[in-house]
Amino acid sequence: MAAMFSQNPLMNGPHYATTDAPKTNNYREHRFYPYTDNGGTTLAISGADFTVMAGDTRHTAGYSINSRTEPKLFKIGGTTADQHDATIVLSVCGFAADGNALRDQLDTICKIYRYRHGKAMTANACAKRLSTILYGKRFFPYYVHAMLGGIDEEGKGVVYSYDPVGSYERETCRAGGAGGSLIMPFLDNQVNFKNQYAPGSGVGHDLQERERRPLLLNEVETLVKDAFDGAAERHIEVGDALQMFILTKDGIEEKILPLKKD
Amino acid sequence: MPGFDFSNYNRNAALHAQGMPLPKATSTGTTIVGCIFDGGVVVRFSAIPLRPSMNLFPHPIKPPLSMIAADTRATSGPIVADKNCEKLHYIAPQIWCAGAGTAADTEFTTALISSQLELHAMSTGRKPRVVTCMTMLKQHLFRYQGHIGAYLVVAGVDPTGTHLFTVHAHGSTDKLPYVTMGSGSLAAMSVFESKWKAELTQEEAVELASEAILAGIWNDLGSGSNVDVAVITPEKTTLKRNLIKPNEKVPKQQSYKFARGTTAVLNEKIIKKSEIGRYVSVQEVPLESDKMEVDS
Repeated sequence: MAAMFSQNPLMNGPHYATTDAPKTNNYREHRFYPYTDNGGTTLAISGADFTVMAGDTRHTAGYSINSRTEPKLFKIGGTTADQHDATIVLSVCGFAADGNALRDQLDTICKIYRYRHGKAMTANACAKRLSTILYGKRFFPYYVHAMLGGIDEEGKGVVYSYDPVGSYERETCRAGGAGGSLIMPFLDNQVNFKNQYAPGSGVGHDLQERERRPLLLNEVETLVKDAFDGAAERHIEVGDALQMFILTKDGIEEKILPLKKD
Repeated sequence: MPGFDFSNYNRNAALHAQGMPLPKATSTGTTIVGCIFDGGVVVRFSAIPLRPSMNLFPHPIKPPLSMIAADTRATSGPIVADKNCEKLHYIAPQIWCAGAGTAADTEFTTALISSQLELHAMSTGRKPRVVTCMTMLKQHLFRYQGHIGAYLVVAGVDPTGTHLFTVHAHGSTDKLPYVTMGSGSLAAMSVFESKWKAELTQEEAVELASEAILAGIWNDLGSGSNVDVAVITPEKTTLKRNLIKPNEKVPKQQSYKFARGTTAVLNEKIIKKSEIGRYVSVQEVPLESDKMEVDS
């Protein structure tokens, strides 16, 4: 823990954005680091006819809070700058500056698509394009865990989640960022009913798994709030406020709820 | 003096050279503060601790009191390891220590010095002094060249007056009327620098120290949860555990109780108490057996 009060400012802080921390041998290597980790957590769950995207609004650097009200959720591809008619939401977690750059780039592409084709981009087209953008920076990546939420052409809720270099997958739910590893097991159990069996349906290995059913919107909202309250309790970079976007065929509703501020 | 066991040193150095990371110790993250102040009533002197002889002064001046305070969050990297830990450590009845840095180091260092100071007090037949405690701490920590990561605020009242010190892990010390340490020290010091004065009543001083800790709780990610305060007067020490609890957990919005039978049981075997002797050796102990001798 000598590192905690080290004279080297880079040695202070909860963890590093990248794996190689500065060395403290007889020599010190001076280098420029283009990335920082701004903490925070995002969460997305898709339902039968809706998608919920959520993220906390804390923006951190090391042990400091830069902002308590910095969104990680962005509406994408509306006709205007205020995005009032947008149908897709992008969430970005990790290095916030890269997140903003990625959001701007994707939004511009969606707007150009609308201009050229005279219609909005579908969620799955936008998802594929986002993957291409990320892979385009394969050797100087956007340091973010991105997620895209929307409604597909059949009217079902969709969530796509990405790694920093563009590998992506359609999922029912995903938690990302600092508190992702805390929330994801909870989601596996409560959204996909993993490790839950139907009581009395058999003995030993014959026991039947609990039947899966799509969650209702109010159930999802409850899970999201509880997941973030739990993450804010145990992760120092999660807290302040919870921003939630509820996407349906009628548009996007925004909700902001309080989280712990310590 | 007990020592450390270095028998794994060479093995660990070899593993470390091959790229195995060191295990992560629990850090107390921490905001800790301490301050001394006049006991109220007629105020004549500034932060200079009064000598007993000064009590001969005609005005009824109470001697200065000292206090320490701390938050209650312990972290392991970015994870909160303990939401309500105790960072105020007992050294002697009138000497207390607030600890920041590596949790185990603050715990064991204060316990070790507490023990030695008690023996010293019995040997000399006098009450232990705060400077003695501070000197023992700094000599112990200096010997280990900062490898014992204890960052301490030492406060207390002894026959020579009221004292307040900080001790850093490398062995340097400070003597000041108000001090802060730990990752939240800057946030806490900003409160002291704008609001501390020597003329404070006990209530005002508790309020000020709490506010300094709260500054750390809100603005430093390494600090959080509750406020603990200890007030040390020439008469007694009052430990106000969880004086302020501004971070109560919000209740869950629904119950997560599972229906009985949700978890798969693959195999079940019941061992009766009468048959337990087959698996482990059993020795009956009479209920009212010899009790351990303890001081009471």
